[in-house]
Amino acid sequence: MTESLLLNLSLLILFLPLLGFTVVLFLGKKFPKLYLFEVGIITTAFLLSVFVLFAKLSYFTAQDIGSSFTWISMSAAPLLGNINIELGIKIDNITAIMLFVVNLISFLVHVFSIEYMHGDKRYTRYFSYLGIFTFSMLGIVLTDNLLMMYIFWELVGLSSYLLIGHWFEKKSAADAAKKAFIVNRIGDIGMFIGILILFTHYKTFSFDIIFQQLSLGNIPFNSEVWLTAAGILVFMGAVGKSAQFPLHVWLPDAMEGPTPVSALIHAATMVAAGVYLVTRIFVMLTADAMLVIAVIGAFTSLVAATIALTQNDIKKVLAYSTVSQLGYMIMSLGVGAYAFAFFHLVTHAFFKACLFLGSGSVIHAMHHEQDIRNMGGLRKKLPITYFTFLISTIAISGVPLTSGFLSKDGILAGTLAFGKLTGHWLIPIMGFTVAMLTAFYMFRLVILTFHSEPRDHHKFEHAHESPFVMAAPLVILAVLSIFIWYTPNPFAPDAGWFMKDWVKTPASVVPVETQFDFMNPSSSGNHSELHREIVHSPLYTEAMHWAHYPAMALSIFLAGMGILVAYLMYQWKKINADKLAEKIKVLYNFSLNKWFLDEVYDATAISGTTNFSKFLSWFDNTIIDGAVNGTAWLGRFFSKLSDMFDTYIVDGFVNFSAFFSGFIGLSFKRLQTGKVQTYIVFVVFAVIILLLFFKPF
Amino acid sequence: MFQVGLTQFLIVSTILFSLGIYGIVTRKNAVMVLMGIELILNAANINFVAFSTFGNYGISGQIIALFVVILAAAEAAIALAIVLNIYKTFTNVNVDEIDSLKE
Repeated sequence: MTESLLLNLSLLILFLPLLGFTVVLFLGKKFPKLYLFEVGIITTAFLLSVFVLFAKLSYFTAQDIGSSFTWISMSAAPLLGNINIELGIKIDNITAIMLFVVNLISFLVHVFSIEYMHGDKRYTRYFSYLGIFTFSMLGIVLTDNLLMMYIFWELVGLSSYLLIGHWFEKKSAADAAKKAFIVNRIGDIGMFIGILILFTHYKTFSFDIIFQQLSLGNIPFNSEVWLTAAGILVFMGAVGKSAQFPLHVWLPDAMEGPTPVSALIHAATMVAAGVYLVTRIFVMLTADAMLVIAVIGAFTSLVAATIALTQNDIKKVLAYSTVSQLGYMIMSLGVGAYAFAFFHLVTHAFFKACLFLGSGSVIHAMHHEQDIRNMGGLRKKLPITYFTFLISTIAISGVPLTSGFLSKDGILAGTLAFGKLTGHWLIPIMGFTVAMLTAFYMFRLVILTFHSEPRDHHKFEHAHESPFVMAAPLVILAVLSIFIWYTPNPFAPDAGWFMKDWVKTPASVVPVETQFDFMNPSSSGNHSELHREIVHSPLYTEAMHWAHYPAMALSIFLAGMGILVAYLMYQWKKINADKLAEKIKVLYNFSLNKWFLDEVYDATAISGTTNFSKFLSWFDNTIIDGAVNGTAWLGRFFSKLSDMFDTYIVDGFVNFSAFFSGFIGLSFKRLQTGKVQTYIVFVVFAVIILLLFFKPF
Repeated sequence: MFQVGLTQFLIVSTILFSLGIYGIVTRKNAVMVLMGIELILNAANINFVAFSTFGNYGISGQIIALFVVILAAAEAAIALAIVLNIYKTFTNVNVDEIDSLKE
């Protein structure tokens, strides 16, 4: 087992999907069976990533493997001087785990899609797009520098756009694709500026070099403000891609894409790329930046959870739950619970992919019915889908014995500890509220879809359990939502190999005075060493310890409350949901209409942009065109002037000389009579005059 | 009694010359014009001979006069030939009507 083998395998995993994409895209129309090639490629990549995962975790547990080469070398770049732009990959534990997660879910989604997308007009193209998405996502995971991160970042944006707009004949799908792309751009602008701040100062994109410089006290432009700004700006990319408030509006609309795509891109992997990005830059975040991140994450999760309460589209509920869970991860990173954030990313990827594929299975069975008010009683018709869906729902609700309980509990403990250490109690309050809301709306979804009586009998009669290729991925993902894969003790995530050995919080490299006190290990240690064994300050460890049991008890209690209320309202009908909605109509409408955020954006950002472009159009038509036309008019005026000068002055002069010569000629013509005698008279008189004049005598 | 000297010769030649000019200018007929030219030539001859006689120039004046006579004969021959051709072309020999060069 050598490092170079791992590197080569990783590169192979990275480029295989690209090969699949190219081949299937260009030849797919001719050979419709080529989608099997794409599936085969992903299978291979998945198997390789399993190998890489085990090799990395067992042979190189505490060691990072990386390799890079100089892509562009400039000795005298304008403003920057000597720069080398390097491309490279880096495999640490997080990368290896992400490789596995991305490839696994991509593989399962491919398999699921074989049946789900069967008979689609653009069947092979769909698979080739899945290929380019997988390639881009793996690029994000493997990269060791910000430039490649940005490139692949845009590539996943592109593939997301292509896949949301897969059914572009539908206007809503085309609009959703556009919306996703444009909203993501807004975040990416911030990310780009952040990257350029770092690049301008450090003249490198490499994470390791930037962090090393930072740990030596070399901060951008010698100002902590710039450092904070760089952190927040790069985080803006994550705000866009991970659908954080206020840029979360694209994700629910993105559900217009095929459901397996929603599972792969808009639930499990791409939206997690934002979280992954923040884990990558985690060490360079100052306390201020982290607070901003924590607040945005907490607020996002609260907003999304309240909206999810009242949505009636099965995919919309899941979409808002995704936004909410992503907010959780971001919040977790903001409060410094780095490892739990990544842990939640992984567990969430599995159970949310399972939920989405499950919803796909339901939609497939119901012949593209997505409204849960028309479902019900599907438990009998779709037993496999029901059980896997239920397990994932239990996991996302944070019920013990599931993976979701472990990661959520860790995050909540982190927020609680953060609240205790810094006094920002609002963040844990939001976190716990969301935990309860999540349990409620997820069980509402399950009860309305699978329990109770069928409400649309016609569709119910025709519903049928999905075939094996659709059911198998559900089962695999549901199994991965059980605690046992992550820790032997279902109540202590720290005890498991995942948290204990694999994922460790790296120490912050920003100057001590800009860190949270608790982030700073009291034994400041050797800063030049890149891979620090992280020891939080005793303060933090103590706080986490203090928070552990209260958080656990509270989260179990709140999840139970949420589930109980859901059962009371929808299963046993003890509380009339409609009457309740009537009673708090204002709040209900607020939630149903997604906090009116789309309307607010319509009224502000969109109409502002429209008006601004109208103004620009006016400016173009009046000022710019006016200037151009004015110039043309001036040119015409001057040429007319010069024309007149030519006609009257130059030509006049020429004509005048001609006329003058003619006049002279005419005058002298009279002397030339043609009569010899006249001439002789002239001669005689001339001689006489000459004689008189010169007087020779 | 008055002495016939150079002055008298010159007066005669001047009168002759003037008559010649007068003839050339006033006559319409080309032949008459030619005759005026003859008069002018002869006025010149008189001058040559007179100056030769009253000056110390030997007989060169008389010789030149002879040349002029020969020249006049040749000139008359050519001029009359031209006049004949003019007559053939224009059916008259009036010099004031032969002015087609003017155009």
